[in-house]
Amino acid sequence: MPASSPTQAPAQMDTSVEIEDVAVRFRTKKKDVTALHDVSLSVASGEFVAIVGPSGCGKSTLLKLVSGLLKPSRGRIRLLGDDVNGPRRDIGYVFQRAALLEWRSARRNILLQAEMRGMPSAAARDRADELIAMTGLTGFEDAYPHELSGGMQQRVALCRALLHRPPVLLMDEPFGALDALTREQMNIELRRIWRETGTTVLLVTHSIPEAVYLADRVVVMSARPGTIDELIPVELPVDRDYGRTMADPEFARATGRIRDLLGAATSAD
Amino acid sequence: MESTQEAPAGVAERNRPRTAERALGFVQQAWRPVALLALLFVAWWVITATGLVQPYLVASPGDTFATIAEKSDYFWEHTLVTLWETVAGFLLASLVGVVTAVIMVYSTTIERTLYPLLLFAQVIPKIAVAPLFVVWLGFGVEPKILVALLMAFFPVVISMVTGLKSIDPEMLQLSATMGAGPVKTFYKIRLPASLPHLFSGLKIGATLAVTGAVVGEFVGSNEGLGYVIQQANGNFDTPTLFAGLVIMSVLGILLFALVEVLEYFVLPWHASRRIDAATTSL
Ligand SMILES: Nc1ncnc2c1ncn2[C@@H]1O[C@H](COP(=O)(O)OP(=O)(O)OP(=O)(O)O)[C@@H](O)[C@H]1O
Ligand SMILES: [Mg+2]
Repeated sequence: MPASSPTQAPAQMDTSVEIEDVAVRFRTKKKDVTALHDVSLSVASGEFVAIVGPSGCGKSTLLKLVSGLLKPSRGRIRLLGDDVNGPRRDIGYVFQRAALLEWRSARRNILLQAEMRGMPSAAARDRADELIAMTGLTGFEDAYPHELSGGMQQRVALCRALLHRPPVLLMDEPFGALDALTREQMNIELRRIWRETGTTVLLVTHSIPEAVYLADRVVVMSARPGTIDELIPVELPVDRDYGRTMADPEFARATGRIRDLLGAATSAD
Repeated sequence: MESTQEAPAGVAERNRPRTAERALGFVQQAWRPVALLALLFVAWWVITATGLVQPYLVASPGDTFATIAEKSDYFWEHTLVTLWETVAGFLLASLVGVVTAVIMVYSTTIERTLYPLLLFAQVIPKIAVAPLFVVWLGFGVEPKILVALLMAFFPVVISMVTGLKSIDPEMLQLSATMGAGPVKTFYKIRLPASLPHLFSGLKIGATLAVTGAVVGEFVGSNEGLGYVIQQANGNFDTPTLFAGLVIMSVLGILLFALVEVLEYFVLPWHASRRIDAATTSL
């Protein structure tokens, strides 16, 4: 249930993701890398949060922390009320690379989710068909990953992440490989899916317009060490027509502010 | 919208090239090795027919094949023995090799413990330990199967370990977010992903298993192609010796081809099998 006023302090609603004073250090043979430092964020249930920042600032690392695939060196993470210590299955994850199994057709890649979870197969097949139609993959269900374009592969990965209707959806640059027009359509589609399902979404993206169009709040990060610079509330109406939103002064304000922050972050290097 | 309706047909077509097309592709690929083989044959024939070398040193193709035809029962009987030893050794090596690889990949401790031992078993010349096997296991097929197994084992283990380790870590993470346990992750993701590597190991193993069986026979036996070759050697019966060699090579090639055919059916998805009509050959 998206809040009517997206700027409302998340603390007043029930929180879905809570990141408290987290730090992540990677120790490699050559050197230690502080990927994240002093990061705190809380995401309300049903909220859509976009994360932007320069390459290497720890965006992917942040998503892996929330899913329990990575342990923080310091701090605490809570997901849906429980402490995260180990991989969580109550999420949907779209990885930065599509990560499809090359011996499975598009449909069977999507259904992997159901097989792994032991979902009833008839219901899963119906749901897969629904998602295939929704993401415009109709006609390519039986194609193998090497027969799909990069954008189609990402859409298959998206369908796979949505199959089990997860309460929390983590997306790592899911539309990076799409052309501008398809990307726009996928943005509209994702916004619609989110509004219908009430899923909490954390979306990493490099596109500022995408972040602002989709999100209730945009997290702007900076690198070395990766940390949160600012949280930008997006005060756009819940109903967001694509064209009208682009022309909205609030849209211009939010994108401008983010652009300033990111520009400052890179020129500070 | 029209393009999306045409697309499935295109996809299906690329997936299943027509039989004629496939046959043509095979002929185009096969003629070179066949031509080379024919050339070698002609060379063999010329060397013997011109009297360049004495017949007791190199038997002529005619004599060789005449011998095979003449003593076909004799050759058949001994070929079956070697075939049985080879296949049994190869199958055991595949089974033990795959299981060992899986255990090694899932336990670093066991991997560290086993690796030196594996290497030791590989570098020690099999022909040197074969007599020991005869002492232990007698003159039957068992010591030969054991040598064949030892020869084929190493490439199977090494390729399977490589295959299982080459999995994209993100695939395993994905599996974890799906709540899949290690068993499901293994047979739905890790095992299929490792198969291309495994098959290259199996192909090497198949050819080595033939060598292993024959080496075992050299050391002590009264049946099999190794025995045939040794007997022929002792009697200066060069045509029989050459016949044995020819049959042995054919056996190895057939086993190799069998594994290739199996691979063709098990891995239709693999990159090496893709026929892209649109791309030019690279
Ligand atoms: N497994 C790892 N081992 C060592 N260092 C790592 C590892 N994963 C990430 N890092 C480092 O942590 C930092 C953050 O990486 P991360 O992948 O989270 O960046 P990102 O913000 O997602 O970048 P991009 O936008 O390019 O995807 C980088 O400096 C990277 O080199
Ligand atoms: Mg990333």
